[in-house]
Amino acid sequence: MMNLDTNLLSLAIWTPIVGGMLVLATGNDKKASMARVLALIVSLITFAITIPLYTRFDVATADMQFIEMVSWIPAFNINYALGIDGIALLLILLTSFTTIIVVISAWQVIQQNVAQYMAAFLIMEGMMIGVFSALDAMLFYVFWEGMLIPMFLIIGIWGGPNRIYASIKFFLYTLLGSLLMLVSLIYLYYQSGGSFSIADFQAVRIPLEAQILIFLAFFAAFAVKIPMFPVHTWLPDAHVEAPTGGSVVLAAIMLKMGAYGFIRFNLPVTPDASRELDWFIITLSLIAIVYIALVALVQSDMKKLIAYSSISHMGFVTLGLFVFNKMAIEGAIIQMISHGFISAAMFLCVGVLYDRVHSRQIKDYGGVANTMPTFAAFMMLFAMANAGLPGTSGFVGEFLVILGVFQVNAWYAILAATSLILGAAYTLWMYKRVIFGSIANDNVSTLKDVNSREILILVLLAATVLVMGLWPAPFLDVIHTSVDKLLLQTSIVKM
Amino acid sequence: MQEEMKMIYLAVPLVCLIPAIVAGLFGRKIGRIGAHTVTILGVGLAFFLSCYVYMDVMDGNTFNGTVYVWGISGGFPFEVGFLIDSLTASMMVIVTFVSWMVHIYTIGYMHDDPGYQRFFSYISLFTFSMLMLVMSNNFLQLFFGWEAVGLVSYLLIGFWYTRDTAIYANLKAFLVNRVGDFGFLIGIAAIYATFGSVDYSAVFASAPSLVDETIEIIPGTSWNMMTFICIMLFIGAMGKSAQVPLHVWLPDSMEGPTPISALIHAATMVTAGIFMVARTSPLFELSETALSVVLVIGALTAFFMALLGLVQNDIKRVVAYSTLSQLGYMTVALGASGYAVAIFHLGTHAFFKALLFLGAGSVIIAMHHEQDMRKMGGLRKLMPWTYATAVIGSLALAGIPPFAGFFSKDLIIESVHASTIPGSGFAYVAVLAGVAITAFYSFRLLFMTFHGKPRMDEHTLHHVKESPWVVVVPLVLLAIPSVLAGFMFMEPMAFSNYFEGVIYVSEEHDVLGAIGSIYEGKTGFSLVMAFMLHGMVALPFWLAVGGILLAWLFYIKKPELPGKVVDSVKPLYNVLVNKYGFDDFNQTVFANGTVKIGKFMSEYGDRRLIDGFFVNGTARVVEAFSRFLKPLQSGLVYQYAFAMILGLLGLMTWFLRVAQG
Repeated sequence: MMNLDTNLLSLAIWTPIVGGMLVLATGNDKKASMARVLALIVSLITFAITIPLYTRFDVATADMQFIEMVSWIPAFNINYALGIDGIALLLILLTSFTTIIVVISAWQVIQQNVAQYMAAFLIMEGMMIGVFSALDAMLFYVFWEGMLIPMFLIIGIWGGPNRIYASIKFFLYTLLGSLLMLVSLIYLYYQSGGSFSIADFQAVRIPLEAQILIFLAFFAAFAVKIPMFPVHTWLPDAHVEAPTGGSVVLAAIMLKMGAYGFIRFNLPVTPDASRELDWFIITLSLIAIVYIALVALVQSDMKKLIAYSSISHMGFVTLGLFVFNKMAIEGAIIQMISHGFISAAMFLCVGVLYDRVHSRQIKDYGGVANTMPTFAAFMMLFAMANAGLPGTSGFVGEFLVILGVFQVNAWYAILAATSLILGAAYTLWMYKRVIFGSIANDNVSTLKDVNSREILILVLLAATVLVMGLWPAPFLDVIHTSVDKLLLQTSIVKM
Repeated sequence: MQEEMKMIYLAVPLVCLIPAIVAGLFGRKIGRIGAHTVTILGVGLAFFLSCYVYMDVMDGNTFNGTVYVWGISGGFPFEVGFLIDSLTASMMVIVTFVSWMVHIYTIGYMHDDPGYQRFFSYISLFTFSMLMLVMSNNFLQLFFGWEAVGLVSYLLIGFWYTRDTAIYANLKAFLVNRVGDFGFLIGIAAIYATFGSVDYSAVFASAPSLVDETIEIIPGTSWNMMTFICIMLFIGAMGKSAQVPLHVWLPDSMEGPTPISALIHAATMVTAGIFMVARTSPLFELSETALSVVLVIGALTAFFMALLGLVQNDIKRVVAYSTLSQLGYMTVALGASGYAVAIFHLGTHAFFKALLFLGAGSVIIAMHHEQDMRKMGGLRKLMPWTYATAVIGSLALAGIPPFAGFFSKDLIIESVHASTIPGSGFAYVAVLAGVAITAFYSFRLLFMTFHGKPRMDEHTLHHVKESPWVVVVPLVLLAIPSVLAGFMFMEPMAFSNYFEGVIYVSEEHDVLGAIGSIYEGKTGFSLVMAFMLHGMVALPFWLAVGGILLAWLFYIKKPELPGKVVDSVKPLYNVLVNKYGFDDFNQTVFANGTVKIGKFMSEYGDRRLIDGFFVNGTARVVEAFSRFLKPLQSGLVYQYAFAMILGLLGLMTWFLRVAQG
């Protein structure tokens, strides 16, 4: 018997999955409007379920909360174990919020296979929440791999002309990493005396050589997801081909999975290896911040540009995680959440233009502000947030990471802070060429400004970006004890 | 009482923010009149409240407290809060007054513009940002205001977003400012790493005890931490306050409508850097190296940017270069530890520079948006109010007593003279030479615009008339402090305990104390008179008079002279016209260079090496390998049998020879 109070996490996982099945059951496009409404209701209910997770969250304890535990495969001691800390909490809220945005954004844009499209996102939502709340490594792995399937279909079915190449590249890349992770999980199962509990993994003692191998195996799985340089090239391709909603979920949530993996596995399970190899991650992060920003600058495709900007911003996350400083880690987590909102908003903005002109090329635009002033104002806000302007959420994470990292090494901070210049350069240069100027062509001159449905999405995101920028305290308050615990775990010698 | 004052402090920025939001979001609903009414009422109210706060501070009531906790991280509470003291209160009054005048003036200037409501929204937001900047009690909020003025200036410079020059200029302004902000942010990070706090009071209190902290930026060399912090902060100031070589954005910011030029150049934005250095005087005083850098950069800006003012023909650009030069003077004052004088000059300059810009705008309206002074002339009689106020502004800028600029500029020169910081000798020469040049170009502007024969076409001349009252009234209201502010505020600001406990000057740097000792025992009117008499027999005054006379000779008496002079020094003239090549250099090296690097990396790094070689290369290797293996799966039984026999033989051989042998 489900208890509404104690089974919140299960509800958050299974409501969208079951709801997605129901949406799927509406069948073909004759009942498309029913599928849309149903999908919206399911996503709203899921969001409503996740709200009590925040309001009832106890910020004083570092222990996992809302724990659920049922034996699943007793033969291998695999359990259906759920629970969250503050970090997972924020990511779950981000997931349920983003799914609403995605459902509304697809309202008119997707006209074919509507039920399947909506269902794919809802089922994926459930699995993503599952990843963030799994306390059992096998359960984690099942959700982790499971969510690949809907995304693979979303890109492969509703994607652009080169969608097959992109979706296979995406799938192979992530699968390769995941398999190495599976090997590590099985090794840890034996090391921990037959347990798949992540908490047991974190407690088990492992010699340094083995730690380094496990670290690298996990690294392969998570670095691809984030993605870190040099395993990032699948992301621009996937974004370019994915439909807007796919890009939004990919950028807002899927990329965070990798960073979440670092937080759950690499840092606490292999702390000695993490300290041993910190230079490796830091180097790759700084390359991501500087090199990828330079690459972003010269992109001619808006989606590619934002994709590269995502990689660059995720560099702050991995940098912040691996300097073992509280402020930097908190900055990294805030950056994950903020990047979710901002990248979602940026991809939606490109989507708004793409729906009208059917081009993502910067050169096909110019002077959009003349015909779409309201849209231009929104995009200005998001562009500034992407450039890390104080008062927007984009600033908070970068600021905390830079302050935290400086305490460890001034050069890391100096290199990371170049994003202040480069981030502004690539974002605002694109904005200038697309939005400002005189009307460039007939397509632009006939553009219609955003409709009320689009305004609704943009307002939701704008409000979130501003609130988080002006008052990040509610976001920071829930992660303090979790970060303390993480820092403690990373400082332990486990050899 | 404390609580009531806190509400008032909070109200000052909010009465600017709320109208900005209203005019911005509901501009279409409330219309033009609605938009300018709410914003002008808001900023006007902010001005009166600022005056009230100022009086209250003068009565000795200061405030340092939190408004709300922005967020706690790493155990440190980052807060939004106010520090209200004489420095803040003075800035509040200056900012809100100039901004208010600009608001009123805008009714006239932007009368026909379709973006009317949007413009009012932006300039109110600008005022809000600047207020948040000056009222902050910590570096985080300072940075917030710092970047916010950068944002609004970006929006305002690109206000006419269909003009290519405007959207080029605003991107340039934002990026150049970001270069400064980069330094500033590193400075804040260094402050936090050193002091464990970003609150002014905590940082300043523990600064003297941490003076020997060092940092190793280049391995093997250790730098004094205070020097590092101060130079990083100053890089931020160089961006906002347009010091060489980060000055390049300011002349281009002329692409925006004239009222915002007045706002940017006089009260908001460019004064931020000067204010910040004055605010952080307890840190700068601990590093003579940093002060020396400030002094030299300021001197370079004061002198070389003044020279550029000589060759401009666009009326707004002359004023723009004069701003750069005057900002150099303020920076020199900071470097000489004359922080109080820098703020004093910031104040007087705010009034007469806003006056000059709005005057230039008034001329531009009359000339139907012609800005080239070579097509003006003889406007004196046609625009008497504009002319009279422009004369006052020019006299103040040139530093002629008893106008406001005289007192502040003379004090800067005296301070540099008295300073012993390395570089002060050079700075002294630079600021002295700057005086003559300043006087020359400001009267060149006056003579070319208002005197001589009209050089515009018949049609334009026929339509020239004095601007409407919404334009003239702000001119007059700005002219008053341009005359009075100097002798009214010299004694309190420079020679009294006005900034006691706010600005910190170490004993060996106390240049103002040294100057003050000359006038020992004199106060009030007698001090002002003594200062003026002393000034009128000193070199700077005669340099200014000389500059004015030369301008008269060149542009009234013998108008053919300038052409001859230009011909005789053509190479030098070209250097000035090209602005020393800064713009070309930045465009070629930094802008184009970065794009080239990006293109190279995108093409060879991402596309060819990673994607082409590793990713698709792996796929091709796998494909080739399977192509090689494919024939083995032929499906022919005799081939399989043959392979099995071979394998069996091989295994047996290995078993017999190796395993057993």
